[in-house]
Amino acid sequence: MEKDYPKIQTVGLSLFYGTKQALHNVSIKIPSHHVTALIGPSGCGKSTFLRSLNRMNDLIEDVRIEGKVEIDQIDIYNGSIDVVELRKKVGMIFQKSNPFPKSIYDNVAYGPRINGIKDKRILDDIVERSLRRAALWDEVKDDLKKSGLALSGGQQQRLCIARALAVDPEILLMDEPASALDPIATSKIEELIYELKENYTIVIVTHNMQQAARVSDFTAFFYLGELIEFDETKRLFTSPAKKQTEDYITGRFG
Amino acid sequence: MNALGSVETSENRQTEINSHNIGEKKYGGNTRSLLRKRFRIGEFLVEKFITVVALISFVMIILIFVFVFREASPIFLSKEQDASMVIEEEQETYGEIDGTLRVTTSGKSSLETSGGEGKGTLKNLIGTTWQPISEQPKYGLLPLIVGSFKVTIVAVLFATPIALLAALFTAMFAPKWAKEVLKPSIEILAGFPSVVIGFFALIVMATVFQNFFGFEYRLNAFLGGIALSLAVIPIIFTVTEDSLSRVPKVLTEASFALGATKWQTAIFVVFPAATPGIFAAILLGIGRAFGETMIVMMATGNAAIFSVNFFEPVRTMSATIGAEMAEVIFGDTHYNILFLIGSILFIFTFTLNAIAEVFIRQRLMKRFQGL
Repeated sequence: MEKDYPKIQTVGLSLFYGTKQALHNVSIKIPSHHVTALIGPSGCGKSTFLRSLNRMNDLIEDVRIEGKVEIDQIDIYNGSIDVVELRKKVGMIFQKSNPFPKSIYDNVAYGPRINGIKDKRILDDIVERSLRRAALWDEVKDDLKKSGLALSGGQQQRLCIARALAVDPEILLMDEPASALDPIATSKIEELIYELKENYTIVIVTHNMQQAARVSDFTAFFYLGELIEFDETKRLFTSPAKKQTEDYITGRFG
Repeated sequence: MNALGSVETSENRQTEINSHNIGEKKYGGNTRSLLRKRFRIGEFLVEKFITVVALISFVMIILIFVFVFREASPIFLSKEQDASMVIEEEQETYGEIDGTLRVTTSGKSSLETSGGEGKGTLKNLIGTTWQPISEQPKYGLLPLIVGSFKVTIVAVLFATPIALLAALFTAMFAPKWAKEVLKPSIEILAGFPSVVIGFFALIVMATVFQNFFGFEYRLNAFLGGIALSLAVIPIIFTVTEDSLSRVPKVLTEASFALGATKWQTAIFVVFPAATPGIFAAILLGIGRAFGETMIVMMATGNAAIFSVNFFEPVRTMSATIGAEMAEVIFGDTHYNILFLIGSILFIFTFTLNAIAEVFIRQRLMKRFQGL
């Protein structure tokens, strides 16, 4: 691609659930401070790939990994890597919004608190800043004590984004963050993604090709656990190099 | 079963033919006849059978309720009973003439003492001495109630931390194979015959404890409570483990993704989310401890001593019923009072279970709405 070194780089990444291989030899260079979209039909391994970038797959039993995943040129599957620190650096937003059954304030303050921040003023500050960045502050500033579950679906998802931002990550992984939302809430999330890329490197899995075209700078097309094509979004959607990519984006399968 | 099946099919065919005819005659179309409601006799019978069985078990519980309370009621309702109790009080004052007086007055005095309103009974019930079989029977329930509470407190205080930690370990930290071994084996302990636990406490634990702590009394409330906790731990464990496991996985994932450790996730996310279930588990444990009979009967020494010392023998309400019901005179005051004790136990455990149910059903479910 362009620029200095890639923020995230995988080299020959293969992943197995038991004996079933979910990723085949994926090599990709994801640039810093851009939005990279992962597209492909269901079960093509794009979510699996995303979850291997902050080692969430560790939570599943019988997962085996071959190859390398480097973030800032450090191999994150190296034995001396602290997974807890890694996940603070690589935040994640899930498909279904999952606020804790706590107040809005406590949701956002959760990350800083487990990092040992107890000072009320610092916490207040982080909560406000994170909610502002997630474009939720104006809607909730008067009832931060309200339960996070009382918010609407779109607000809940932005609360989850605020919660992830509160631990100051460098990378945000988003696993179909808008798939359960209505069009208005979706466009708000997309706007937010556009703003966030100034400060963060974003990798987003999406089923929605229009969304990928709208929000991303780069797009990777996955099929059956293989990375078929990776290019600038504009080029991938207008003149794909591979036949499979073209078939998929023109809606011939998937 | 076979007969039922054949009846069903022939009946169905019959109705099918009928409806078909009607359909064609009236509406002249096949769609109508397909939409006609059919009578499926097999389904009907099964449905009714299940309903009846469910009703029977419900009615049985109600009947047990009614029976226990009815047998206890004479203490409060019957004037004759009041009278005899008042007479008994008089006996205490003029001790000598009791025999004749009792026999003669019990019938006719119902008129004279109708204003008494069972005062004598009530006063007797809140006494501190339980001597139901004596010249002047004393039915003080206080030592029994205190005894039940002493044993329950020891059992629950001992069982709760162990059960909660075990549940947390099983739900959050244990590898899969350990979980598959631990959970069923602790649950089997719940079905352990209590007489075996009681026997173990009486023979083994009592001696070990006395040697170790130097108890003055070999069998006492503390020993009974510890023995009882063996029956309580599995209950608290199972319900807690279930509610911890029921915390949605998306919540723990969110916590891990924020860089929380397993321990932080357990303490700050899983435990708080499961509090209603844990609360219910403890309530169910208390209910079990309160109602358990055989273990306490064997391990507590069974002396109705009114004291706060946990290292003295006690007699619980349940053990009292267990020990005395077989020898009591049918319809006697003593008999009624044993049923009154039963009613108290019944109300107590019923209330606890009802509260626990509300906690599990309503609070826990509400908490995860929208997840």
